[in-house]
Amino acid sequence: MKLESKIPAGPLADKWNNHKAKLRLVNPANRRKYHIIVVGSGLAGSAAAASFAEMGYEVSCFCYQDSPRRAHSIAAQGGINAAKNYQNDGDSVRRLFLDTIKGGDYRAREANVYRLAQVSTSIIDQCVAQGVPFAREYGGLLANRSFGGAQVSRTFYARGQTGQQLLLGAYSALSRQIGAGTVKMYPRHEMLDLVLVDGQAKGIVTRNLVNGEIKAWASDVVVLCTGGYGNVFYLSTNAQGCNVTATFRAHRRGAGFANPCYTQIHPTCIPVHGEDQSKLTLMSESLRNDGRVWVPKDKADCGKPASEIPEDRRDYFLERKYPSYGNLAPRDISSRAAKEVCDEGRGVGQMVDGKRLGVYLDFSAAINRLGESAIRERYGNLFDMYENITGENAYRQPMRIFPAVHYTMGGLWVDYNLQSNIPGLFVGGEANFSDHGANRLGASALMQGLADGYFVLPYTVTDYLAGVGLSGRPSVDRPEFKAAVKEVQDRTQWFLQNKGTRSARSYHKELGKIVWEKCGMARDKAGLQQAIKDLEALRADFWKNVRVVGSGEQLAPELERAGRVADFLDFGIMMCLDALSREESCGGHFRTEYQDSGEAKRNDDQFAHAAVWEWQGENKHPVRHIEPLVYEEVQFTTRSYK
Amino acid sequence: MVKENGNSDQHGRTLSLRLRVWRQNRGQPGHFEEHFLAAVPETASFLEMMDMLNEQLIREGKDTFAFDHDCREGICGMCSMTINGMPHGPLPGVTTCQLHMRNFRDGETITVEPWRARAFPVLKDLAVDRSAFDKVIQSGGFITVRTGSAPEANHTLVPKQVADEAMDAAECIGCGACVASCKNGSAMLFVGAKINHLNILPQGQPERERRTLAMVKTMDEAGFGNCTNYGECQAHCPKSITLDVIAKLNRDYLRARVKEFFSSTGKPSKGGE
Repeated sequence: MKLESKIPAGPLADKWNNHKAKLRLVNPANRRKYHIIVVGSGLAGSAAAASFAEMGYEVSCFCYQDSPRRAHSIAAQGGINAAKNYQNDGDSVRRLFLDTIKGGDYRAREANVYRLAQVSTSIIDQCVAQGVPFAREYGGLLANRSFGGAQVSRTFYARGQTGQQLLLGAYSALSRQIGAGTVKMYPRHEMLDLVLVDGQAKGIVTRNLVNGEIKAWASDVVVLCTGGYGNVFYLSTNAQGCNVTATFRAHRRGAGFANPCYTQIHPTCIPVHGEDQSKLTLMSESLRNDGRVWVPKDKADCGKPASEIPEDRRDYFLERKYPSYGNLAPRDISSRAAKEVCDEGRGVGQMVDGKRLGVYLDFSAAINRLGESAIRERYGNLFDMYENITGENAYRQPMRIFPAVHYTMGGLWVDYNLQSNIPGLFVGGEANFSDHGANRLGASALMQGLADGYFVLPYTVTDYLAGVGLSGRPSVDRPEFKAAVKEVQDRTQWFLQNKGTRSARSYHKELGKIVWEKCGMARDKAGLQQAIKDLEALRADFWKNVRVVGSGEQLAPELERAGRVADFLDFGIMMCLDALSREESCGGHFRTEYQDSGEAKRNDDQFAHAAVWEWQGENKHPVRHIEPLVYEEVQFTTRSYK
Repeated sequence: MVKENGNSDQHGRTLSLRLRVWRQNRGQPGHFEEHFLAAVPETASFLEMMDMLNEQLIREGKDTFAFDHDCREGICGMCSMTINGMPHGPLPGVTTCQLHMRNFRDGETITVEPWRARAFPVLKDLAVDRSAFDKVIQSGGFITVRTGSAPEANHTLVPKQVADEAMDAAECIGCGACVASCKNGSAMLFVGAKINHLNILPQGQPERERRTLAMVKTMDEAGFGNCTNYGECQAHCPKSITLDVIAKLNRDYLRARVKEFFSSTGKPSKGGE
């Protein structure tokens, strides 16, 4: 596998501008002769599709939801970072770059991150012009808030729904192009294969979810913006439909998958309440500003209501372990600490599966100090949401929280141009691996999605198309397309005809339990080896016993689910292999063998690289390649929060 | 009443339910199917209860009920069930996915239907086609700004009050409960919210009239009914969008029509294209 990062030469700060000046162009009159396929309509996908169409290309955009406006970017709450320095507090492109590199625990590519910080300011301009109703000061200027991992206020926000507002901005730009006829939008279509012609990505195969039609589409280039793979854990904060299928199908066609073991666990989610739970809900991290995290000192107290546990029998474990950061310790650290006390048997809340997985987030001290109305003003909507889901009043008794899978930093490997190792296959947003290293900072996911979609892909895809020339896209009658369609049809038929006994969801749950236990917040060699064995057995059983009801000619949620779970099973094994082979701890990847009394211990000599996996065929383990991470300007240091 | 926390070892209440659920294939007439479902934890969400029902159907080898859902945290706007005659069920200000079973009684009969509206044809069972909403947006629900051509963000001053008002309207999640709850199947709350968001911002002024005329025209063509001020849309909106967006939509529409009339040159109007 050839992994050329194609990082431009020259000083870090000039790389992107120099590179842009050298990228090839396509004459405006010729642009309509090129067809671009964009899969996914979240921030990256909508922004890219709209921008391509504005330039004059013919664009087709696909999403599995009923409308492009529903992509899961919509659920982001907190905000979007940008190095505007409106607060006059010393922010700069370089500062945002450094924070992001450090936050990613020195496992991201320097040049990509610098470019991300550079274009961040244009994103805010673009969104404001589109009418995104960001929070404002009384003078009419934009307001900012601060976020984790930074000492400046650089986060722009729209109440607690920044994601929805940014997506509506990108969606409105996309809708303008759909209305103008320059983008053809295909909602309720799921990409089920990538088609290569002479080694280049030249189209996809989709299933129309409404009528079951399986169809091939030819194009000059394919852009995947299909999100992350957090749902491999079954329970996560992701939407129900989020899946790895599009990127994994591309992986099976030869695209390298980078760093699948980098997953982010968010510390403040509402705990699991029972076996039939389908979803975990995030509670904004901002709550930790006023809430104190604790569990009982003694296991025997864990079954009692919080009010019956006196102060001296409580263990405020974050304040105890990290006195200088206390309850505001970073995401990965807080999550692991909560897991530790629950593993010791000191968790609180309902027994699920014989364990109590929850810790208290207690506002009583803040309520006593500031009064209930002050707390209501700050967090009222979150307390309401909490009560709505749990039936408990958090003004009267502490909240219960537990970490949950939230974001995935790994993804398809891409070069500086966001092109995968398959020529003509570009990848944007959470679907690629490029900018967050081993851990993502809050308010940076929205920034990356829009940076890729608005300001990187339009340049780099154009350069690729200029190189392709005007020979035209291949015909869908070519054998490559026919073979791909046949494969998808066969697989679909197999699912519908298999006389199994177990639902796809039951497999998904079991898969989720295995990877959460063995490849979740803490990992070790023996556990990962066991997980790989268990997953292989589960996969074999799936391909015998899965039962799919419904017909292939109309909406068939069970068929969709079975296909996604099948890919998650293969993917889960790859994720464990990646975690097993990365013999260090960094960011969200914590190997218990590699630590300094609870803190992640990186091994920069041996693991300052991206691990890139190459598909070898059904039931075979993928092969590991590496792209060394070369740091020209940044020095490695150890993150410490004690 | 203060509820003590769910910390006791005994599991929470469970419910046994009689469910009347709409079954319909695309392009065919539909009917209610009756199912019994036991041991539903009160902590489950309504959609998790539907998952349990579907798992039971799979065990029996029967087809599951198709329904739309995605984020399950009340923001994507995909879930869309009419529960006991009420879009998104009995609780005000929440989507179906945020409704939990503790709001129902043991032994209760629950009727589950799709959105009922002419402009939202049923695709299967509880899932409907809401693409008419997308068409309304495509006709004018945007501010024209090409990527890369935006001015510096702080060059446009937006008074906080205006930004807040725009944000109130922009909270609409496009679920369609307003249409489903309206006797007339009117989309005025949705279109009003979208138009208000853009029409009151300084950035939205150049296209204000054109936008309003185009979106209203598309709305009418899509088969939505007229507004006769029942107010049911406001009562069922999961984001608590209020009726004043409709009043402002009517005002903006009138304003746009008047302007169009007086600026008419005798040539066919280009407005609304």
